[in-house]
Amino acid sequence: MNLEQQFQARIDQEIKVEPRDWMPEEYRQMNIRQIAQHAHSEIVGMLPEGNWITRAPSLRRKVALLAKVQDEGGHGLYLYSAAETLGISREELIDQLHEGKAKYSSIFNYPALTWADIGAIGWLVDGAAIMNQVSLTRTSYGPYARAMVRICKEESFHQRQGYEILLTLCRGTQEQKAMAQDSLNRWWWPALMMFGPNDDQSTHTEKSMNWKLKRKKNDELRQQFVDVTVPQAEYLGITVPDPDLKWNEERGHYDFGEINWDEFWQVVKGNGPCNKKRMNDRIKAHEEGAWVREAAMAYAEKRQQRKLQQAS
Amino acid sequence: MSKDWPLWEVFIRSKNGLSHKHAGSLHAADAEMAIENARDVYTRRNEGVSIWVVESRHITASNPEEAESLFDPAKDKVYRHPTFYDLPDEVTHI
Repeated sequence: MNLEQQFQARIDQEIKVEPRDWMPEEYRQMNIRQIAQHAHSEIVGMLPEGNWITRAPSLRRKVALLAKVQDEGGHGLYLYSAAETLGISREELIDQLHEGKAKYSSIFNYPALTWADIGAIGWLVDGAAIMNQVSLTRTSYGPYARAMVRICKEESFHQRQGYEILLTLCRGTQEQKAMAQDSLNRWWWPALMMFGPNDDQSTHTEKSMNWKLKRKKNDELRQQFVDVTVPQAEYLGITVPDPDLKWNEERGHYDFGEINWDEFWQVVKGNGPCNKKRMNDRIKAHEEGAWVREAAMAYAEKRQQRKLQQAS
Repeated sequence: MSKDWPLWEVFIRSKNGLSHKHAGSLHAADAEMAIENARDVYTRRNEGVSIWVVESRHITASNPEEAESLFDPAKDKVYRHPTFYDLPDEVTHI
């Protein structure tokens, strides 16, 4: 067996790949791409929600949202660290994002217009993310799998707090319930798009599945998400904006309508409602924080010098 | 040269009586900041009572390619395990 065959054999036996193990260059690159995209999504995902922290309707909602956004920052860090074990630096990762060479989840290019959107984001966006992340706790690259375990443990509160927000609105006034319905109308389809293109359109799926980088295909995860989410919408008493949505007794799954893939690709290519704003905000934060990073380093070096002088 | 702060490995003791266990890594300008950041990212939900940080470049790791020669010899030394020794059932507390 050559090195690549030996590598595949270990993957097939469910032996995790660790940072210093031999791996095909393509496996390394695909992993970096996937983990980085995931990390960037966590960081960019802080923006639409961060916008609502100062406007949360109560202290209870405010501390929860603050904690959630802080978690997303932490998740970005776990993932960047996992990517860095593959030999790429943090600086390179961040530069790739800011130069538009790396992608992040398209969902964050939609605006959070109302308070109900914060509920919908937690329920649908985090719900869809969890679906994907739970399957990734079994991914073949050790550091990525470990980051996923930690993230999944923390994410479940995110989804519950989102659902609770919508539940409260749906039990409120007519206007509040309408606001909840409006948020479902706007977030449902983008949430389904989060799972990516259909399997027959997805370029990396086969290799990714063989190397167990991905454990479930896009369409399987999307179906799973629809199946668990529709009854939750029914409980809220609001309507999923899909006339073709119907329980299929034979399949034991919901049938649902065709996704607007033109919209999906438009947003991926940078033409979504908030692509430019998100990138500008990220770059601004990074550039305006540069002096803090430099000052902290200079201070640490100065203290180290002083310590050495005292010792001599 | 990279403008990144140095990389640190973080070890957390989840409660007294247990040893510190690797939790992950992070960037920080110095050890003190590494502890503060580790507290913020790795112990937000009571995961720890104590933190160790060590700069990643100070860790020496065994080479995975030498794993066979390092660890395989232990496999054929079954006499290091208590079950290797045959004792009659009547003998107790041993």
